[in-house]
Amino acid sequence: MTDLLAVETPAGSADAVAGVRITPVDAVGLEQRAAALCTRSIKTSSKAAALDLAIRVMDLTTLEGADTPERVEALCTRARHPDAADWSVPSVAAVCVYPELVPVAAEALASSPVAVASVAGGFPAGLAPLEARLAEVAWAVAAGADEVDIVLNRSAFLSGRYQKAYDEIVAAKQACGPAHLKVILETGELGSYDQIRRASMLAMVAGADFIKTSTGKIGTSATPAVALCMAEAIRDMAQQTGQAVGLKLAGGIRTAKQAWHYLVIVGETLGSGWLTPERFRLGASSLLNDVLMQQAKLLDGRYQRREDFSVD
Amino acid sequence: MAAISGGRISALTDRLSIGGEVEPVGDFSLEYAPAPESTAPVRLASQYGLFVGGEMVEPAAGRLAPTVNPATGEALAEVSVADAADVDRAVAAARTAWEGGWRDLPGAERAKYLYRVARLLQERAREFAVLETMDGGKPIRESRDLDIPLAAAHFFHYAGWADKLDYAFSGRRAAPLGVAAQVIPWNFPLLMAAWKLAPALACGNTAVLKPAPTTPLTALLLAEVLRDAELPPGVVNIITGDDAAGAALVAHPGVDKVAFTGSTEVGRAIAAEMAGTGKRLTLELGGKAANIVFDDAALDQVTEGIVNGIYFNGGQVCCAGSRLLVQETVADTVVGKLQRRMDTLRVGDPLDKNTDIGAINSQAQLDRITELVASGVAEGAELYTPECVLPERGFFHAPALFTNVSTAHRIAQEEIFGPVLSVLTFRTAEEAVDKANNTPYGLSAGIWTEKGSRILWMADRMQAGVVWANTFNRFDPASPFGGYRESGYGREGGRAGLLPYVELVA
Repeated sequence: MTDLLAVETPAGSADAVAGVRITPVDAVGLEQRAAALCTRSIKTSSKAAALDLAIRVMDLTTLEGADTPERVEALCTRARHPDAADWSVPSVAAVCVYPELVPVAAEALASSPVAVASVAGGFPAGLAPLEARLAEVAWAVAAGADEVDIVLNRSAFLSGRYQKAYDEIVAAKQACGPAHLKVILETGELGSYDQIRRASMLAMVAGADFIKTSTGKIGTSATPAVALCMAEAIRDMAQQTGQAVGLKLAGGIRTAKQAWHYLVIVGETLGSGWLTPERFRLGASSLLNDVLMQQAKLLDGRYQRREDFSVD
Repeated sequence: MAAISGGRISALTDRLSIGGEVEPVGDFSLEYAPAPESTAPVRLASQYGLFVGGEMVEPAAGRLAPTVNPATGEALAEVSVADAADVDRAVAAARTAWEGGWRDLPGAERAKYLYRVARLLQERAREFAVLETMDGGKPIRESRDLDIPLAAAHFFHYAGWADKLDYAFSGRRAAPLGVAAQVIPWNFPLLMAAWKLAPALACGNTAVLKPAPTTPLTALLLAEVLRDAELPPGVVNIITGDDAAGAALVAHPGVDKVAFTGSTEVGRAIAAEMAGTGKRLTLELGGKAANIVFDDAALDQVTEGIVNGIYFNGGQVCCAGSRLLVQETVADTVVGKLQRRMDTLRVGDPLDKNTDIGAINSQAQLDRITELVASGVAEGAELYTPECVLPERGFFHAPALFTNVSTAHRIAQEEIFGPVLSVLTFRTAEEAVDKANNTPYGLSAGIWTEKGSRILWMADRMQAGVVWANTFNRFDPASPFGGYRESGYGREGGRAGLLPYVELVA
């Protein structure tokens, strides 16, 4: 294959990035497999643990222009104890906000296991000047972000300037310092599963700790087939380099059922080793209540009213 | 929110760490629920007669034999064993029905019955699927999603042809042949019945169908459907029994056409016997299909395709992709992916909706698979099977993969008809063609590459009746299916599937 050529021009080849092979994707086969995985039925005892896990891997997110400190504080309270009446319900993995609200979240989540995540780098388009984007990343980390979600430069990627897209991620990783870097591919804009696979490999080789599907700002976001496509890329990366990269699925995940379909896809593709907050995240805002509702149903056999759950 | 009291579920029930190439950090494992399909829709009788002349009748000699659930080894019911006298009776009933009106019925009228059968099959799909799985051992996921819907689709498809026969073969009229004797195998019992009956009836023939000795029950349930569809008595007759009954049927002088699906050995014997009798014959026999993977293919989907090619119905498929030919440059990668995928295959109760590989159809078949696997090991091939716990009762075989296989090994030459894959490698496309065609069979082949021109180049050179590209084991009633060389002759499906059941006249 062309891996040999690619070593000399990292990220420059269509078939490989820095010697790591990029495998083509067959859309029909991929979608069939994803659909088949979504028909697995999970054991009731395992279902309870799956709901717990869905909470533990959740990045509770608010990304609106109208976000205020009060709103973020309320969300952080929720993140620490998703169920006010039962503190044995685990905390979510992180709260995800815009950079300006990072100090608020950092204070609210101090001395809690919940991480502060910030979008940065000209979210959601990623087309601010590179210096400004990198400064934003560094600023968010300095303000207390443990994790930074940046976007792939789709303008560069889709015009074939892979090296530029790659270099920018490398620079962002540097700007991140100790914080974890998640790279959002915005799969809904990439046009094909082949491109999603290519973008996944590019981001991982460039140093992403997580690859993430979507910003949630466009119509198309995470789907089972996209999740499977990215999980297969992560599996290839692990097999070829021994490096374990995490997967974050975001956008349009609203129901517990969707959440456990994704758990099945990740569990069957990457193994149970990935079913942990260190390697798997679900970015969502309205998923939590449905998960809590399903938990309550599992415990007492009845569905609660919508009003029984917090609106934050 | 409402308080959740007692029995909190936060404590993880399963604390397992799973190994892999990277350091395991997980503390969670997914367990799938046993999700058995209910057997409630199935009402089994304790004894079944023969379906002759529109009635269930007792066999002349009164002989019965049990049919067994291969997942448990227990008998489900007793089924009649037809003898020569029963065959006589069935053929006579079919002849009477043919001469008594079926051959002269307008195509649109015949279509009406076929549409009814198709709809009734759909209405009773769950019942058929559960019964198929109970009697044959195939996973409910397959009988539910594939066997039964496809069987109905075949009736729909050929119902559509029944009134268009005058336009099917340009300039010539398609006349029916008469009585068709149809002997079918145990791997797709109802689907094979549909493949045989639908075109025969659409073309104006009547039929005597003999299902396999181990899987007669869905054919007998089909008899009920045919009656409910008010198909004229005798147009379809279904006789159960052993191989002797099948032999008596194909040899019967009152038969105008013989269609057989099964082993090459039996097919050869039938062909010899038919010689000079003037009976028309089509055979769909064994296979040893090559599944050819080029290094530019979508390897993760290839992995799924290989699994589907060989482990679908436990490999008990005549067109199974039992020889994997993989380009040397990606051989290790593909085998690695395949082994990891095999580790996640679920072998067990066929009625469980999560089961990927169900039971082997019979003890005899299991013995044959075991014997061939042992020969592979003895001949020096390297065997891989995932760790899996097989049920204590019933006939089960773990999925198996052989590497270091040479084309001379028995496992590379003989049809195993079980979940056993042999991996061979090639360097160039020419070598792939040579190796793929290096078999007496020629039923199917698979080609995996992202390059369209290579698909066409390869397909031209495959000596196989069916060539799949970037997929495997896909079936459609509109697409002809059949073999080359020792895989038989004649096509089933589509317009080509009409030809074996008509005489073209000016």
